[in-house]
Amino acid sequence: MWELIRSNKRKTWLLFIGMGMLLLATGYILGEAYLPQGGGFTGLFLALMIWAFWSLIGYFKGDSMLLALSRAKEVSHNIHPQLFNVVEEMKIAANLPVLPKIYIIAEDAPNAFATGRKPEKSAIAVTAGLLNQLNRTELQGVIAHEMSHILNRDILYMTYAGIMLGSIVLISEVFLRSLWFSGSSSRRFSSRRSDKGGGGAIAMVAIVLAILAPILSRIFYFTISRKREYLADASAARLSRYPEGLASALEKISSTRLSFSRANSITAPMFIINPLKKQRSSLTGLFSTHPPVQERIKILQNMSRGVNFVNYQSAYQMVTGKGIMPASGLKDSETRPIRKPTGEVSEPASSPIKKRELGDLMRVMNGFVFLICLCGLKLKLPSGFKQSSITCPRCKRSIRTPLAEMAALSGVAAAGSLSARKKRKAMQDAPVTESQKKPETIPYQRRSSGWETMNCTCGNPIQLSPALLETTIHCNQCGRGIKIRRS
Amino acid sequence: MGLVLLVFLGIIVVAIMWIVGIYNSLVRLRNQVKNAWSQIDVQLKRRHDLIPNLIETAKGYMKHERETLQNLTEARSRAMGADSIGEKIKAEGQLSEAMGKFFVVVENYPDLKASQNFLALQEELSTTENRIAYSRQGYNDQVLFLNNKIQMFPSSIIAGMFHFKEEEFFEIEDIKEKEVPQVDFS
Repeated sequence: MWELIRSNKRKTWLLFIGMGMLLLATGYILGEAYLPQGGGFTGLFLALMIWAFWSLIGYFKGDSMLLALSRAKEVSHNIHPQLFNVVEEMKIAANLPVLPKIYIIAEDAPNAFATGRKPEKSAIAVTAGLLNQLNRTELQGVIAHEMSHILNRDILYMTYAGIMLGSIVLISEVFLRSLWFSGSSSRRFSSRRSDKGGGGAIAMVAIVLAILAPILSRIFYFTISRKREYLADASAARLSRYPEGLASALEKISSTRLSFSRANSITAPMFIINPLKKQRSSLTGLFSTHPPVQERIKILQNMSRGVNFVNYQSAYQMVTGKGIMPASGLKDSETRPIRKPTGEVSEPASSPIKKRELGDLMRVMNGFVFLICLCGLKLKLPSGFKQSSITCPRCKRSIRTPLAEMAALSGVAAAGSLSARKKRKAMQDAPVTESQKKPETIPYQRRSSGWETMNCTCGNPIQLSPALLETTIHCNQCGRGIKIRRS
Repeated sequence: MGLVLLVFLGIIVVAIMWIVGIYNSLVRLRNQVKNAWSQIDVQLKRRHDLIPNLIETAKGYMKHERETLQNLTEARSRAMGADSIGEKIKAEGQLSEAMGKFFVVVENYPDLKASQNFLALQEELSTTENRIAYSRQGYNDQVLFLNNKIQMFPSSIIAGMFHFKEEEFFEIEDIKEKEVPQVDFS
């Protein structure tokens, strides 16, 4: 396994150095064309500066930027226990030192990505639509794929390669536009031709390079990306021991008509399936970030004998006629049998139950509180709900809302006039200093004997199980004790 | 004469370094096996903690299945009381079997199967079973590395000298048990 990662690293470095050379060459020649005396080195220097600056930002802030761009929200265990459990299982299988942070994106389109410059600081983000459409084994396949990206250090390479691509595109764009817009440029070039013979030739080379370099680097970038996807599929099959799970997940994800709106061409390779375009003909294959989904599915389905890398290699050969695994991966001779299928069936995503579940998941993420009335009706209150009681629309019972109760207790009721978001923030900030002095206990009266969600005074939603036996639980965010009275 | 002595000393130093190297790698492997076992132990404890909850939930629905629940409780306490790794493997196998029987019986109680609480417990149990399965694989890999080192030629001498013992694999013995860990009825 480690041997494979190392060889994977070597090959990536080659492509990587190729891109770096291209970046430096572009910087040098464009600089030379712009300013013949020593301009080459200025260009080289500028290219390096842009690259270094972005790399630093990418290294330290890349993950949080990507998560913020896709509006991912970090969630706690009680919001989606199954997702947490599946990630934990894969963490054990991958022998990762810490559990990656888990994010959910409130989007209908099923997709997922992993981020983080090293396994200790990694995060996995999935869309709500993914959770809604896939069953447990399929979700496991997707998480195994993302975990493989973390394990193989793919994210760091893709971030750096993306930054190089971005720098090359930027430099070429600036150069071409400056030619286009400044009327004096043609005169500059012609005058240069008179004092220095090679000036015109350099200008020509520069223009050609400015057009070709972005294309070339895109090909480099997407070549790395596609290779990484295959390797992540292979590792995912090996980790989960169930290639069929990932195959059927890919099938479901690719057949969806919903599109993921918060992605762009640089972040696209991070996702499990290209979020931007439908797969097109093989002519554009050079420029696609992901291998054709049908091919990925076929390879995974052809792994009938086992799930180690050798099995993936032979399945790959069967489908494409070529090889993908580096030689070191083929030393993986230990047989790894495929797990038995669990015979799970899942409701189609279009069913009303699934749609309601999806809505509820998004609401819980946004701090909604669910109250279950004694008549069985589920009331969904937004986090900014201020009234202390609400009338059940079905049975006309008056129900006290926990939010008002909590707000009155912690004395942040004054913040009630603020917007919901500010209020949540105030709730999060205020009690922390209080609880440092003494861990207080707050009372909570249960509304029903079924499942219900309550909000702690710090704003953390807590799911109460009907079988909860303890009378005091602790909020896992602020550590406050919550004393529960049964209904 | 001095040269011969030097060469002789050199050979001894190299031999000692070689022995120390093999000894250290054996110790490292043994520690890795221990660490891998503790990973399994965490998950086994998790399973033991979940079973009382499961019985508590099922009690209300399964009035006529006292024997099944009794068996499960007993298998759990036996598993918790086991000391050595060999004993534990056996007791956990029996616990898995008791759980398998329990889940077969559950099929007759659609109300229980549909209850929110039971569904949540089922998710926790199936993840625990999966975690045990994945950490068991990790443990068996480490045991294989250690046992190979102990059995193969030059290191087998050193292993014998310092009394390194081969460890047991954590295998599921029975075919019936093999089917048990899947508690997915959804």
